[in-house]
Amino acid sequence: MSTVVEPAIPATTQTTMAATTQATNAIETRGLSLWYGDFQALKDVTIDVRPQMITSLIGPSGCGKTTLLRCFNRINERYGNVTTTGEVTILGKNIFDEDVSLSELRRSVGMVFQRPNPLPVSIYRNVLFGIRTHTRWRTFNRAQRDEMVESALRDVQLWGEVKDRLKSKATRLTLEQQQKLCIARLLPLKPRVILMDEPCSALDAEGTERVETLIGELRRTYTIVIVTHNMAQARRVSDECIFMLLGEIIEHSSTSDLFLNPKEEQTEMYIQGRYG
Amino acid sequence: MGIPTTSVAARVRHVWRLSERLREKAIEWAIRICGWSAIFFVLAIFFFVFREAAPMLLGGLDFKEFFTSPNWRPTSQVRPEYGILALLVGSLSLAGVAMAVAVPFGLGAAVFISEFCGGKTKETLKIVIELLAAVPSIVWGFVGLFVLAPLIVEWTGAQVGVNLLNAGIVVALMSVPIIVSIGEDALKAVPDSYREAALSLGASRWEIVYRVLFPAAKNGLLAAVLLGVGRAIGETMAVLMCTGHSINIPHSLLDPIRALTATIATELGDTVEGDEHWQALFTIGVVLFTITFVINLTADLVVKGIRSEKSA
Ligand SMILES: Nc1ncnc2c1ncn2[C@@H]1O[C@H](COP(=O)(O)OP(=O)(O)OP(=O)(O)O)[C@@H](O)[C@H]1O
Ligand SMILES: [Mg+2]
Repeated sequence: MSTVVEPAIPATTQTTMAATTQATNAIETRGLSLWYGDFQALKDVTIDVRPQMITSLIGPSGCGKTTLLRCFNRINERYGNVTTTGEVTILGKNIFDEDVSLSELRRSVGMVFQRPNPLPVSIYRNVLFGIRTHTRWRTFNRAQRDEMVESALRDVQLWGEVKDRLKSKATRLTLEQQQKLCIARLLPLKPRVILMDEPCSALDAEGTERVETLIGELRRTYTIVIVTHNMAQARRVSDECIFMLLGEIIEHSSTSDLFLNPKEEQTEMYIQGRYG
Repeated sequence: MGIPTTSVAARVRHVWRLSERLREKAIEWAIRICGWSAIFFVLAIFFFVFREAAPMLLGGLDFKEFFTSPNWRPTSQVRPEYGILALLVGSLSLAGVAMAVAVPFGLGAAVFISEFCGGKTKETLKIVIELLAAVPSIVWGFVGLFVLAPLIVEWTGAQVGVNLLNAGIVVALMSVPIIVSIGEDALKAVPDSYREAALSLGASRWEIVYRVLFPAAKNGLLAAVLLGVGRAIGETMAVLMCTGHSINIPHSLLDPIRALTATIATELGDTVEGDEHWQALFTIGVVLFTITFVINLTADLVVKGIRSEKSA
């Protein structure tokens, strides 16, 4: 792959996909199960995540939200004791296929972590980190790189605050700025899907509000899956909502339906706050 | 009110509590004395070395000649000369060669242990490295003399196998364990969230090593290297056995050299306490002490640098 704009999916698949993009789901899982050693953390998960929408994953602590999210970019596999069965199809491609390159997968499926984790280098280098791994040395000239940094930081409303200290260490920013930077560094890669694992849990109320607004704006361009503990947040930001319990999907519907007319008794109990 | 049965128990408890306070004080003092004594010993060592060197250092030593003359002829009947240039260059070039070998190997091994292997392999490797650190200096000397020297003669056609290269390799092997264990600590201290961040952006494991771990752990890695250098400068026995011990400013890897430490070790026994030669050797001691002190201090400050950065 030589340029930034090309997504991870091979050209052939991509052209066929472009025609059907509206109809297909961004992420489909079929009978996905996952074990940590002999503990089963996901049980036969089958879901369809629709593109250009925000889907929230809710459920009590330890139900497997993070685990499910980390299946989508296969970052779970860095722990040696993980076994996965079933299928995950992202943008029409089974990500467990032999010919899938992890690096390319992660280019089109970005991730934002619970704890902001900018790299201990400058703000500028953080934004370009992904591009540097995916393109050959000097694919872009100085002006193009500056441009990419500026546009990514503008997209996350961080440009004004940091434009005078792009060379200073990213780890010195406030948590809110760090989390915005972590979103910004995905953008130059032009991902199709962005996974967010409780992105606001380290932030204060105002920070949370601003980041939520930001996530809302990203919805037009990206498919977003967001894990949250906070039901109010799920209601505020998401279009669709998935409720999980003990590794299983209990209910998946539009957010308003899920909160106003839950079909399952367990969902109802959870949204009434009976599971913690 | 003193009901007999309880008052006995109470008194015992009272005495016990008193003695507990005393014991605590005693332990506190014991620990304090241990701490102070460490500082005291270092100062005392420096004091004694300095005291022996003092008459020469303070009275009429020609510093220019001392540091710039390559002639070390302390036993000359006609005119003894005390120039340590050749010895200093010997020690420094030895450290240089040793580090040229030990740094890539040591840091490579540290990266491998901390990032590329897990479970059994990791434990085994760590034990092997620790064993390597426990091999006595004299045994390394034998390895240099009887294993490495013939090999060097065979491969390079040098006349003698004990030379800068031989000693450099031996000292490298001795410094590797320090570099590996401190380097591994430094890498281990890099938060896992950095690795996940880079991985989730599509970086490969190698890219993570040189684009994330090296910058993040650079202070710790530098400290590891500096401590390795300190080891190389300070090593005596193996160096004495493997360098060829001849006074010589080396022009190639195959030249024999002589190190500062080995000079002290071999000559001190032949001097008369307090004479000029004796003082000159102690002056070399002061020079060595200063070099290693500066290196260790730098390493310390560098490590402190990591800490304050982390808390920032
Ligand atoms: N690396 C791991 N090794 C073993 N078990 C794990 C691992 N990670 C998670 N688990 C277990 O898998 C289950 C699901 O964990 P997961 O982190 O996905 O839950 P979660 O829904 O994200 O919880 P939380 O809301 O607390 O973040 C938990 O019981 C957890 O203990
Ligand atoms: Mg979680």
